[in-house]
Amino acid sequence: MNQKAVTGLSLAGGLSLTGLFVLIIRRDLVLAIRRRADVLTTLIFFIIVVTLFPLGVGPELNMLRTMAPGTLWVAALLASMLSLGRLFSADYLDGTLEQMMLVPQSLSALVLGKMVAHWMVSGLPLVLIAPVLGLQFDMPAQALWMLILTLLLGTPILSMIGAIGAALTLGLRGGGVLVSLLVLPLCIPVLVFGAGAVEAVTSGINPAAHLSLLGALLLLALVFTPWVTAMALRISME
Amino acid sequence: MNWSEFFSMKGYGLYVWGSYGMVMLVFIIEIAMVRHRRTLIVRRLRQMRDAAPNV
Amino acid sequence: MLAINWFKYSAPSTFYGAAGKMIPWFAASSVLLFILGLYLGFFVAPSDVQQSEAYRIMFIHVPVSILSMFIYLIMAGYAALGLIFNTRLSAMMANALAPTGALFAFLSLWTGALWGKPMWGAWWVWDARLTSELILLFLYLGFIALHASIDDPRRADRASALLAIIGSVNVPIIYFSVQWWNTLHQGATIKLTGTTMHVAMQQSLLVMFLACWLYVITMALLRVRSIILERERNNQWVMELTEMKP
Repeated sequence: MNQKAVTGLSLAGGLSLTGLFVLIIRRDLVLAIRRRADVLTTLIFFIIVVTLFPLGVGPELNMLRTMAPGTLWVAALLASMLSLGRLFSADYLDGTLEQMMLVPQSLSALVLGKMVAHWMVSGLPLVLIAPVLGLQFDMPAQALWMLILTLLLGTPILSMIGAIGAALTLGLRGGGVLVSLLVLPLCIPVLVFGAGAVEAVTSGINPAAHLSLLGALLLLALVFTPWVTAMALRISME
Repeated sequence: MNWSEFFSMKGYGLYVWGSYGMVMLVFIIEIAMVRHRRTLIVRRLRQMRDAAPNV
Repeated sequence: MLAINWFKYSAPSTFYGAAGKMIPWFAASSVLLFILGLYLGFFVAPSDVQQSEAYRIMFIHVPVSILSMFIYLIMAGYAALGLIFNTRLSAMMANALAPTGALFAFLSLWTGALWGKPMWGAWWVWDARLTSELILLFLYLGFIALHASIDDPRRADRASALLAIIGSVNVPIIYFSVQWWNTLHQGATIKLTGTTMHVAMQQSLLVMFLACWLYVITMALLRVRSIILERERNNQWVMELTEMKP
């Protein structure tokens, strides 16, 4: 943990809520950029998983086009599970997490900051690369736009629900797999509405319903997950 | 009311008795597991008691 | 299981004795009701017009499915109690219910598949209810896995309690989204409960439901007694207890 980040924390006392929020995001992004490999592993994993499907199913374009939304969404789901382990574990191991929990501001804001930072590192790259992969599946243009939109709405939810799982399984052996077991069932609605929206566009139905439900899930997650993750952290750090 | 007709369930015997059989099997296994867990803990408590009889 | 004086019975030691006395009653009545329910289901209820005998799987499939969902909600309730009032016994009850609930979810899938084969012609059909039941099984396994992988019992209880509460909030969302996903792709499946059921069928369903419920209570009480012994092994009252037994 470099000196600058630690001192940043010690000044947290006088910071406003949003000040702390921005500080945490900047700190996590600085740390993530320093270890660029972690960012790329999530991205490369996503690309590999998506390219595996045509190899398994066969190059026939009609089949691929119908499979595309589901495949891309499931791959995005798995990729975001991959990097959850690192959300709290680095800070937990070197004790920074304990200091963070003593910050006078609300722990939820701090946790939300970490979630946003994690999303920027793992979720956003997926959103940017997904259309390129969509071309592999010969997806029509408006389906690609819908894919970007649904992933933009969906991946933050995955990061937020994933943060709960990461907080609950802090410092456990075999935590990586356990997080996925806990979090994946909870992410199913996001998958259903996300992939459903893209598929609706390709088959000409109006995807407004899917998108509004996805948006509703996003708002629900924004409101509840920071608080629940803070509680989970308190339970794990007792 | 002969038994063979009863068990055949007009051809659906496999499905009906497959379901009820599995339910009974699971119940028996669960009961066995719970009792096993109990004997384990009671035996362990006895060992603790014999090892350090509280004076 | 509504104890008269709630907090008196919430102490593990008193609850241990009380549960011990209650178990034989629950067990006996469960067995009796099972016999009655099966008799009603197989000998009194007439054969169905479309599926002749296969529909009799309903008498076990419906109670087991309802209970698998019901147990999860009770588990989340006990978990919430454990978190709010910090009563260890509530957390123990939640852990005692989880395996039985998971087994019921599995049984619901098994009987559902065996019933689906003659009705829909395939062992597994992505029907909304079966799919939601499968996800419910995953939630149970997540709860059990989380609790098993944390060594410190206190943290294990509280962490899995929080997961149970999050799970119970998500269950309706999951059910809705799977229903939505299913009707989009397949159209509404036939609704069995809609057809007017013969009175003997309804009686059998009710009796089987009560029998299964009593079975769950018996299993939960049996398992919670073992959990209490495991957790309280260093306490004095436990030593005196097993003292009595030869």
